[in-house]
Amino acid sequence: MKHTISVLVENEFGVLTRVAGLFSGRGFNIESLSVAPPLDPSVSRMTIVTRGDDRILEQINKQLNKLIDTIKVTDFTGQDYVEREMALVKVTAEEEARAEVLRIVDIFRAKVVDVTPRSYTLEVTGAPTKLDAVIDLLRPMGIKELVRSGPVVMGRGQ
Amino acid sequence: MKKTGSQILLECLQQEGVDTVFGYPGGTVINIYHDMVDYPIHHILTRHEQAAVHAADGYARTTGKVGVAIATSGPGATNTVTGIATAYMDSVPMVIITGQVPTPLIGNDAFQEVDIIGITRSITKHNYLVQDIKDLARIVKQAFYIARTGRPGPVLIDLPKDIQVASAKFVYPEKVELRGYKPTYSGNVRQMEKAARMILAARKPVLYVGGGATGADASADLLAFAEMTQAPVTTTLMGMAAFPQRHPQALGMLGMHGTYYANMAVTNADLLIAVGARFDDRVTGKIASFAPHAKIIHIDIDPTSIKKNVRVDLPIVGDLKDVLNKLSAALSEEREELATMVDGSAGWRAEIAAWKSSHPMAYQASDSVIKPQYVIEQLRELTADDAIITTEVGQHQMWTAQFFAFSQPRTFCSSGGLGTMGYGLPAAVGAQAAFPERQVIDISGDGSFQMNSQELATLVQYKLPVKIAILNNNYLGMVRQWQEMFFDRRYSQTPMELPIDFVKLAEAYGATGFCATRPEEVSEVIRKALATPGPVLMEFKVDREENVMPMVPAGAAINEMVLAS
Repeated sequence: MKHTISVLVENEFGVLTRVAGLFSGRGFNIESLSVAPPLDPSVSRMTIVTRGDDRILEQINKQLNKLIDTIKVTDFTGQDYVEREMALVKVTAEEEARAEVLRIVDIFRAKVVDVTPRSYTLEVTGAPTKLDAVIDLLRPMGIKELVRSGPVVMGRGQ
Repeated sequence: MKKTGSQILLECLQQEGVDTVFGYPGGTVINIYHDMVDYPIHHILTRHEQAAVHAADGYARTTGKVGVAIATSGPGATNTVTGIATAYMDSVPMVIITGQVPTPLIGNDAFQEVDIIGITRSITKHNYLVQDIKDLARIVKQAFYIARTGRPGPVLIDLPKDIQVASAKFVYPEKVELRGYKPTYSGNVRQMEKAARMILAARKPVLYVGGGATGADASADLLAFAEMTQAPVTTTLMGMAAFPQRHPQALGMLGMHGTYYANMAVTNADLLIAVGARFDDRVTGKIASFAPHAKIIHIDIDPTSIKKNVRVDLPIVGDLKDVLNKLSAALSEEREELATMVDGSAGWRAEIAAWKSSHPMAYQASDSVIKPQYVIEQLRELTADDAIITTEVGQHQMWTAQFFAFSQPRTFCSSGGLGTMGYGLPAAVGAQAAFPERQVIDISGDGSFQMNSQELATLVQYKLPVKIAILNNNYLGMVRQWQEMFFDRRYSQTPMELPIDFVKLAEAYGATGFCATRPEEVSEVIRKALATPGPVLMEFKVDREENVMPMVPAGAAINEMVLAS
């Protein structure tokens, strides 16, 4: 089962390798990882998407907590949270296909951030499932390049 | 007044009460060694950096204090790796200080540069690269704190040369502030109440004790708890000395080379209480058949050890001393129920007694050839109760665990988790440095001994009267045993075909050597060695193809033991 884990760590030298090394060293997988400091620059927020059964997730949780640099670990699975990811998609857009791409942009409230006579570059934001849907629709038109940020998450306000 | 980085480091060591360090100088630690002369710190120069780390490990295991080792950058640092991994696997508190090339050169493939922080990240509890002299004192303070608290472990500090030379005002922080590191010491009250209920309901309880009992210095608390419940006590290799092995409740070691009765007890138990143990594969054998009828209570300071390998019915995270004391207190309040439980488990004790008498730990005695187990028994007979035993890794290590009835905590140093050959002799250096007046014996094999035999020089130089007992079978015996039992007796690369004259080797270093070739010479050689001042090497030419028995084949359940070869 897929889990989205948010880890608050000390913004210290090498902390990313500690977390990444923990996953690789113990055979846990990382589907995506995004890292940046929040308001307080002395810490860093990592959002990790991983997979595993309950036993593996319990170990991931405990092992992350065991790192000296880890301040807090939150597994958002089963909780009420907002999840957003961004994708940049460079899609082939020539002649009549240009209008179709723009329709998709409109439907999914995406943005065109770069235009050439033969392509559009789109910025799509939303839940990862929404990004999957946009990408599926754009794929037949020819996706030249795709970059996804990996999701970031936040618990909903109480 | 300002101090240099190397002076600040030495000041910090003093603040931490460090009196003995083990190490080896080199280009990037030369400043530390230069300033060390001005400080009342006893430095022991080993003959290899790996040995320095093992020596610090032996010092730490026997004293309970943080062991300290120093090595230079590059090869000095990489040589510490096996020692660090050994300590990490066995939860030994240590601080390792490595020199590093000057910060402007880091990443440039400078002479004797390695990324030791990257290399040791997965084998240290934590590690630090000091990037600013202003952080140095805080880092050293944190390193010692992290090493000795919670589940202990090694911490490495990589100290670039320019930081050793730079100067700053020395202020040793009074407090450690680590918002991400707060070990749980006090057991959860509700969990302990549940545990007490489970114990009172048990009729076939077994205590399964690991190295955590030593780490927490909980031997006395464990003994009291065990006697109150009358539960039999089996110990892992790491837990051997935490419970007196001649106690009537002692079952000896469990697992791959465990006693018949320990393995049978665990397999038939209705309650297994794991105390500072981590269900290692050498202990459990086939997981699915391990303690199949038992509810499991797991008490450990490290939450990651719990439910890592086996299902656990009741986890308790906390300091063993605290948890065992509170459990004992809870049980003693239920006087009647406790009496019912103890009476109710009389049948269980009888069952165990029957296993003990039907399958005692034994070996085929001989008048013509020295049996290795006999040497271990004689060593036990002739040494003091507080003698410290170190071992290397292999058959001799298992025979020591099986036949050397340990009676006091912190008297046994052995590489349990990593299984490091060459550990025992340098660990004995550290133990003897910590306790100059006590008997320290390294029980060794001819294979393992040659992995760090250069430390004979350290023993002689520092007049450390370590006694070495080599059980010489001219084989890498444990591998040979596997080849005999599971690989059609194809002894590929296990005969040590060049016979070494170990007595002459000892003499070459200025130590004393004795050799026994016949059973009747064994006790005589041990007596002479113990009576001889200074380091002594005893060589026992033992039965070459003796096997460690019982043995649970890899992947089998622990009650599926091969009892004799």
